[in-house]
Amino acid sequence: MNSPALALRDSATMTRRQLKRLLRYPSMTVQLVITPVIILLLFVYVLGGTLGAGIGGGRDAYVAYIVPGILLMAAATAATGTAVMVATDMTEGIVARFRTMRISRASVLTGHVVGAVVQQLLGMAVLIGIALAIGFRPNATAAEWLAVTGLLTLFALAVTWLAVALGLRSPTPEAASNAPMPLILLPFLGSGFVPTDSMPTVLRWFAEYQPFTPIMETVRGLLLGTAIGDSAAIATAWCAGITALSYLWAKRTFDKA
Amino acid sequence: MTTPAIAANGLRKSYPGKGGDKVVLDGIDLTVPEGTVFSLLGPNGAGKTTAVQILSTLIPADGGTVRVAGHDLARSPDDVRGAIGVTGQYSAVDKLLTGEENLLLMADLHHLSRRDGRRRAAELLDRFDLADAARKPASAYSGGMQRRLDLAMTLVGDPRLIFLDEPTTGLDPRSRRSMWQIVRELVAGGVTIFLTTQYLEEADELADRIALLDRGRLIAEGTADELKRRIPGGHIRLTFAGAHLLDAARRVLDEGVADPDALTLRVPSDGGVRAVRELLVLLDERGIDVAEMSVHTPDLDDVFLTLTGREATR
Repeated sequence: MNSPALALRDSATMTRRQLKRLLRYPSMTVQLVITPVIILLLFVYVLGGTLGAGIGGGRDAYVAYIVPGILLMAAATAATGTAVMVATDMTEGIVARFRTMRISRASVLTGHVVGAVVQQLLGMAVLIGIALAIGFRPNATAAEWLAVTGLLTLFALAVTWLAVALGLRSPTPEAASNAPMPLILLPFLGSGFVPTDSMPTVLRWFAEYQPFTPIMETVRGLLLGTAIGDSAAIATAWCAGITALSYLWAKRTFDKA
Repeated sequence: MTTPAIAANGLRKSYPGKGGDKVVLDGIDLTVPEGTVFSLLGPNGAGKTTAVQILSTLIPADGGTVRVAGHDLARSPDDVRGAIGVTGQYSAVDKLLTGEENLLLMADLHHLSRRDGRRRAAELLDRFDLADAARKPASAYSGGMQRRLDLAMTLVGDPRLIFLDEPTTGLDPRSRRSMWQIVRELVAGGVTIFLTTQYLEEADELADRIALLDRGRLIAEGTADELKRRIPGGHIRLTFAGAHLLDAARRVLDEGVADPDALTLRVPSDGGVRAVRELLVLLDERGIDVAEMSVHTPDLDDVFLTLTGREATR
């Protein structure tokens, strides 16, 4: 009964459930898309003139510079929503029902993850659209766009599994909304909004080695043709590692609860 | 001999708490034959829900052996899951989905084909009087409707053994009666029901056998009538047409409490058929006419009070 085909079928069923839920409860999605859009506009129009000059360009150069950071921030914001949704789900009887059924247990979590990743990719697409409208001019080829999509999907998977684990760990939905908060700050404490070499030593050290920086550097390189170096490999490793650990953590927490 | 739907021996569960472990189930033995309604009756905190959670594979037991639907609970929980359906105390419906979508979700998870799933959903919506609300989100349903949808979802997989954990708690009397009717129909179809309730009346109405759970122990088990007969306090109340008949009856019976104003006599009795027959035959032989007779067996509230020395607090 536990053949991979049935597990896949259960996961597809749970994903459909999750997508329907997201459609029925759109206010969360809207809020999660709008928050990074507002930050993008704030940074470009309020701070962009000065900050753009600081990196040796103008407002347009700054739009180009912060797009990768904003994309990651959008995913991190969405992770908050996922953690809340998972925590809420766990308090409801429906999950107890799933546990008493002969289904693939992980499918309950997989449904959340796939639904959330779809939600995040849509949110990022909206962001890129708005960035293009306000002067973002990437020079990426089709292959590079594909690579960006791939890396952002990996990243979305990583933060989502982490969010699922955090949501499962949280005693209440309120607590779950706080747990992923540090993720939203990581683009700031990296190369998301200003180059790391403008930071004081300790912060710079953290900024250069934290996982978001190589991911942002890779996305930036693919979109704008800046140097990537070994960032791509490090970024992929971070995403794979966070995904694997979070998956195991989430699965164990779910099985034990 | 057929395998019982549930056979539990020495079932134990405790939770760690302040000042030592709190024992929730303290060595429980249960046997539920197939096709019967078994009711676990007890006040809040007696351990009823814990028992259901263990028997339905939600939480592991600390000790004891349990076979559910012929499968060992600890070794093959997935086989147990394939045979049971659970409707818990808290509504287990997805409130963001419509009633129909909830049922189709269950159909998909039971790996029914699309067509069979749709047919089954439509059938259950009809049967549970939810067809008009099928396209509304479950969050818009009343308490009674949610409970019906909940049970309908449990039935999608055609389980042979259904756990109903306090299925009518919080329902109005009408919804409660309609839930009882549904349970009776299920039993008529050969399904085994394991019902927990804190309503003595409910166990009395539905159950073939009742076990009284108090502080993690079974303090009595039997049919409703057997339990009631274990309790003193039952009596037969006789009403006569005149004072001379009342006096005559008192002399003949040599026991009982007379009420000359109401012309009634209360005779202590277990209320069983034999006792009633003997009493009436005796009076008939002496030519004493009885105008009215009623039997007062103690209800399950009395049973609980007698066995525990406490009120069955709700």
